[in-house]
Amino acid sequence: MTLLTEPQAPARQRPQMARRRKPLRSRAYKTFRVVALIAVVLFLIAPLFWMLLASFKTNVDIYDAGKSFLFTPTGENYANVLQRNNYFVFILNSFWVAFVSTALSLVLGVPAAYAMSRFTMHRSALVVLMARVIPGVSLLVPWYYVFSNLKMVGGFEVLILSHMFVALPLIVYIMMSYFDSLPLELEESAQVDGLTPIGAFRRITLPLSVAGMATAGILSFIFSWNNFMFALVLSGSKTKTLPVAIFDFVSYASIDWGGLMAAATVVTIPIMIIALFTQKYIVSGMTAGATKG
Amino acid sequence: MSVLTPARTSGRTVSAQENFSAWANRHRKWLFAAPAMIFVGVLIIFPLAWTLYLSLTDSQGSVRAASDFVGFENYATVLTDTERFWPAVGRTLSFTLVALGCEIILGMGIALLLWRPFRGEKWVRVAILLPLVATPVAVGMMWRLIFDPNIGFANQLLGLVGIPPQPWLSGQDSALPTTIFMDVWQWTPMVVLILLAGLTALSDEPDEAARMDGANAFQRFFYVTLPLMMPTVIAAILLRGIDALKTFDILYATKGKGGGSFHEVETLNVYAYGLSFDYNQYGLSSAVLILFFMIIIGSMWLLTMRKKAVSK
Repeated sequence: MTLLTEPQAPARQRPQMARRRKPLRSRAYKTFRVVALIAVVLFLIAPLFWMLLASFKTNVDIYDAGKSFLFTPTGENYANVLQRNNYFVFILNSFWVAFVSTALSLVLGVPAAYAMSRFTMHRSALVVLMARVIPGVSLLVPWYYVFSNLKMVGGFEVLILSHMFVALPLIVYIMMSYFDSLPLELEESAQVDGLTPIGAFRRITLPLSVAGMATAGILSFIFSWNNFMFALVLSGSKTKTLPVAIFDFVSYASIDWGGLMAAATVVTIPIMIIALFTQKYIVSGMTAGATKG
Repeated sequence: MSVLTPARTSGRTVSAQENFSAWANRHRKWLFAAPAMIFVGVLIIFPLAWTLYLSLTDSQGSVRAASDFVGFENYATVLTDTERFWPAVGRTLSFTLVALGCEIILGMGIALLLWRPFRGEKWVRVAILLPLVATPVAVGMMWRLIFDPNIGFANQLLGLVGIPPQPWLSGQDSALPTTIFMDVWQWTPMVVLILLAGLTALSDEPDEAARMDGANAFQRFFYVTLPLMMPTVIAAILLRGIDALKTFDILYATKGKGGGSFHEVETLNVYAYGLSFDYNQYGLSSAVLILFFMIIIGSMWLLTMRKKAVSK
């Protein structure tokens, strides 16, 4: 917390001079900061690294503490998971459900967020945001009943509907704060130039909102990909998504650790790669609306 | 305006399409908002009403089976149940409070570390992002291996510094703290991102003024930065708190049905899920869910009030 002793404003303007004049205390802080940051990074990355290592070990090696870091890597776990356990199918299922539910939620959510932002429909927004608050289990019993009567449980439609239920509030929430920050003047001048209000929304506001929609879309894709509870109840053998598939892995008597870690890696790697390439969108989505006060 | 609209000037007769367009523009507010609201409304209000109804019946086995109206009997059963319900309430609250407390304190610390630019910032940001997007079930499995009492890395590490192996997830008293640790690992990054966004939005002036007045770093943090950050901190607590109360994935993935054989990590959500889908006690589970929902709404309301108070 001695961080605040640094001569901040001058340091940013004239880095050279500030560095020369830096007092001893600030140098001590600098060292502390580096050590602390390394500790934070290790704390966050090490478990994932351990999972990755174990996924390349045979089960014999996993049980051998002496082979924690030095072992002969094997691709067998991945071959097993992908071939024998049909993970390609689950990957496709997860992808399909996440993609369709995100796309449909954007179609429903973006106009809704626009109306709610422009007409300050706070109470209506609250209805949609309720979906974020309500415990999923209380929805699942009635859903299960209705959808099993309609013979829809185990189909993609129900899974997509349930994931939309997660995605839509998220999209409305993010897009509302995005539209709130978009100046009204652009639309107004477009209307003066002869566009109808809907036309102004389509030709002016929407093209300007691509970044916001990317943020909302990426986050809702991730949430859908990671969703477990809805898929646990509503998916069938043909529509099983990755989180459920990985959960089924441990229902056998003894755990095949190598296979389990390979499966866990297969689930997390695609989403992490997406996250790495879309970092700034994820950050802006996660913090949307939080700093408005 | 109509003079400027080409469509209006080109033809004299008003086509059906134009009629529709005019109508749509006049009613765009609800035309835009209604589909999403109807979607969410149908999927929420009807199930919620049903849950409320089920909580007043003795429905079990199958929702289709005949059930009798029993009034508030389920609530009486649940509220006097000191074996499963109240311990679950206690676990839910302690899980949420401890996890949230650690996440806010750690998150604030890390956010302060990241506040001013430095070399290698990019890599730290990547490290912060990864736990955040990782699939919770997979994360649960990962920790199961790390915390395995016999082969886990956690006990290997402890062994290096001479601490005897711990039971972690398989211990009756250590299971809940271990799952709290997992939650902290996965979600502190989210708190960091929110608080960092708040810090970046702060103006430098109050801090500068306090420095001019001779305040030291601690004083400036606790009397200047923290009060200014309070709305953001409460927003972070609100966002994270709702999800922490409802934590399910890592608990079910690491301890399975009923939160383990001694219900070590059975929170309200896990309890309600078990009642509904492992034991088919719909009446009871609905009563639990209604009470759970009231706890969530209640804590949200309190926090929102608090946020309004500090924002003024």
